[in-house]
Amino acid sequence: MTGLLELHDVSLSFKGVRALNALSFSVAKGEICALIGPNGAGKSSLLNVINGVYRADAGDIVFDGLRFEAIHPQKAAHLGIGRTFQHNALFRRLSVRENVLAGLSRHGNASFFENIFRLGRDGAERQGFLARAERTMSFLGLDRHAGRIVSTLPYGLQKRVDLARALVAGPKLLLLDEPMAGMNQEEKEEMSRVIREVNRVFGSTVVLIEHDVGIVLNLASHVVVLDYGRKLADGAPDEVRKNPDVIAAYLGTVH
Amino acid sequence: MTTLQESAPTKPLRQPAFGVGTLAIVAGLIAAFAVPAIADDYWLSSIIIPTVIMGLAGIGLNLLMGYTGLVSIGSAAFMSIGAFSTYNLLLRAPFLPLPVVLIIAGLIAAIAGVIFGLPSLRIKGFYLGASTLGAQFLFEWLFTNFSWFSNDSQSLTISAPRLQILDYDLQSATGRYYLVIATTVLLIALAFAIVKSRVGREWMAIRDMDVAASVIGIRVARRKLLSFGISSFFLGIAGALWAFGYLGTADAHAFNLDKSFQILFIVIIGGVATIFGNFLGAAFIVLTPILLDRLSLIIDLSFLGDQGALANLQHIIFGTIIIVLLIKEPDGLSSLGRRGVEALRSRARSSN
Ligand SMILES: Nc1ncnc2c1ncn2[C@@H]1O[C@H](COP(=O)(O)OP(=O)(O)OP(=O)(O)O)[C@@H](O)[C@H]1O
Ligand SMILES: [Mg+2]
Repeated sequence: MTGLLELHDVSLSFKGVRALNALSFSVAKGEICALIGPNGAGKSSLLNVINGVYRADAGDIVFDGLRFEAIHPQKAAHLGIGRTFQHNALFRRLSVRENVLAGLSRHGNASFFENIFRLGRDGAERQGFLARAERTMSFLGLDRHAGRIVSTLPYGLQKRVDLARALVAGPKLLLLDEPMAGMNQEEKEEMSRVIREVNRVFGSTVVLIEHDVGIVLNLASHVVVLDYGRKLADGAPDEVRKNPDVIAAYLGTVH
Repeated sequence: MTTLQESAPTKPLRQPAFGVGTLAIVAGLIAAFAVPAIADDYWLSSIIIPTVIMGLAGIGLNLLMGYTGLVSIGSAAFMSIGAFSTYNLLLRAPFLPLPVVLIIAGLIAAIAGVIFGLPSLRIKGFYLGASTLGAQFLFEWLFTNFSWFSNDSQSLTISAPRLQILDYDLQSATGRYYLVIATTVLLIALAFAIVKSRVGREWMAIRDMDVAASVIGIRVARRKLLSFGISSFFLGIAGALWAFGYLGTADAHAFNLDKSFQILFIVIIGGVATIFGNFLGAAFIVLTPILLDRLSLIIDLSFLGDQGALANLQHIIFGTIIIVLLIKEPDGLSSLGRRGVEALRSRARSSN
């Protein structure tokens, strides 16, 4: 089968630690795929390889028909891969609005001189950016906080700004690294609703990492289970739930 | 959260506060124009001109350090490139008008800045500081060892052959002041235009989190080099003004490591990522030694030793003031100003 994203035997090590071990799986266009696995399983490393923050030691990746062994993060962004981070990676001294606007950088087509002297394409670019940013912020309930410096916001809102910054560019593939970490049940369900809507309305394919198995099995249409850098299971939520390896290694210890 | 379909109507774009803002700009320009009517030649030549030029140099470094988060301790090198380029252009291409010469000199400094910015694509922080230090020593050496740059003058000094715009002679204190202030006002406007554009936003994104900037598609390498180039453009022009608008005659040692550190202090004292703050920092750097000098004339300090010891004492006092200031006001003097404005505003609001 061919998916929007395919990984073939991807491996990655850090000085002896095998973070990813000959990993292969495929993500179909339009689906919500969840990556689960214990701490240190290699989930974040996997996202980092997909959008070029890390470089795999072996294997290759196919995204949207383009095959590569390694990719520059900027190239990944320009191909339409968006990304949020497990640990805060916002532009902390900028406002919410500026963070979201920055997310649009790859859509800027005005030249440097047009930008600074406000000539030519700059006007349309500024207007267009602002309109898109405002729309994304109100979609995520951030409009009331648009002018706030992000480092002064509570953690949950910062997570949403991170999502807004990735979402605003209209990514084909959205990689979310624990978007619900530190949230209570109600907030997690709210975030699930948002992710579902992003998937439906924006048409973004989503790969997300989440530890809460209950939430994941509800939200995702496809689950990949990682353990020590290897794939333990891969399939629909119901199949994965019944997989004895998964129950033994992961679900069993959680429930 | 609202759904996407019923997304709120976009708010009207925030218009620049026409009225207050414009009024402040006009008042500032009038004040700047009127300065020579109030200040005498001593004030102009010894205090106001150097403060304005050093503030401009501070803007140059601040664009790089404050806005893009890149360290440089070789700012004076780019000033010297601007000064020596201006000298040679005035000398060897006498048909070029002064403003054109200044722009070309700035561009030459910008090219050097881009070249010395290349290491920033690989290294960060402290080590980048070390590589810009390389620029500092290289150009000081170049301009003292190759007399071609100073037209084979015995003393290796440069002085402007002419300082005029459209037949207006600018050699007087007032003339030099107008040259300096007009150039600076234009460059302040340019600096604001840059930091308020997408370029400025991308610089600040790189400063705050370069991995995230790269992941959202910002062309980090290009933007860093651009920052080095623009920063050096400002520094180059500031250097030309320093040599011919302030000193009159200069040599390479006028742009030594000391000067680079002064510019660094201006940015730190005035406030990182500010434009006007640099002039507060510059005023501090220019005025403090003068005040300490005056003070030592009033209070007899000769019991402390000879002139050299006195000069060292000045350095110590100066350093102490900087340290105290940094502890008390880590965001620089401009944040003090901002808080003052905030306080006034909230008072105005509560009295309404
Ligand atoms: N930059 C790095 N340098 C060295 N080791 C790393 C690096 N990034 C990840 N690792 C190692 O790779 C392994 C996988 O880490 P990774 O962050 O991908 O796990 P994870 O599944 O995201 O875990 P968590 O649930 O805790 O976020 C771990 O052993 C980790 O220590
Ligand atoms: Mg992780």
